[in-house]
Amino acid sequence: MVLSLVALVSALGVVLSKNPVSSVLCLIVTFFAIAGHYIMLNAQFLAVVHIIVYAGAIMVLFLYVMMLMNLDADIEPQKRNWLKYAGAVSGGALLVVLVAALRDASMPALSESSVEIGLIHNLGKLLFTQYVVPFEISSILFLSAMVGAVVIGKKD
Amino acid sequence: MPVQYYIFLSIALFCIGVMGVLMRRNAIIIFMCIELMLNAVNLLLVAFSKMWADAGKVDAGSAQLFVFFIMVVAAAEVAVGLAIITMVYRNTHSVDINILNRLKN
Repeated sequence: MVLSLVALVSALGVVLSKNPVSSVLCLIVTFFAIAGHYIMLNAQFLAVVHIIVYAGAIMVLFLYVMMLMNLDADIEPQKRNWLKYAGAVSGGALLVVLVAALRDASMPALSESSVEIGLIHNLGKLLFTQYVVPFEISSILFLSAMVGAVVIGKKD
Repeated sequence: MPVQYYIFLSIALFCIGVMGVLMRRNAIIIFMCIELMLNAVNLLLVAFSKMWADAGKVDAGSAQLFVFFIMVVAAAEVAVGLAIITMVYRNTHSVDINILNRLKN
């Protein structure tokens, strides 16, 4: 309960904060809260990978780019006010519609007992037998993304 | 704890991401809100994986591998996208997305 509250408040902080660096820090807090949820849902391996990949790699990349650009809060031009309200209202309408659609769905309660599916033993066995082809394809995706990033970022 | 709790949490996170994309003009913030939306979906997938594991399905770990592949795609997307944003900043000295509507010139 506390974790979800932390996640929601810091997610709002990402959207609402004026300074881009503080919104990056809010996003890191959100990611840690989500990783806590993963641990409670018996996905231990995913929780660790999530922290390493998101908080460790992606957010550092964001911070690095942000400091490279030397952005200040007053540089960012603000949208017109009615456009901001329109964005907030349409996002809220999406929230209302989804909650209303799923409010009466009957779902089973999650048990407190721990299951073994999230451990690296089971996930590794599944990954290298049943899902080995997507695994290899994702390595090609990574290679092409790396080459693409270098080609785009090259100074010419 | 019922699954609905996680469904509503994911919906709330996703809608905050949508609001961020619609409200902000900084391209990097919009990128971070996209990450937020991806993570909301990931959380829901993990919750459903736990639900199927409780129901006794054998291959409930597949959902967690889906989350794994989503993380792979998100990492690749961030690398390319930040390279593009850096290029845009280098050419226009701004990360305002309204500048990008003059892309043809």
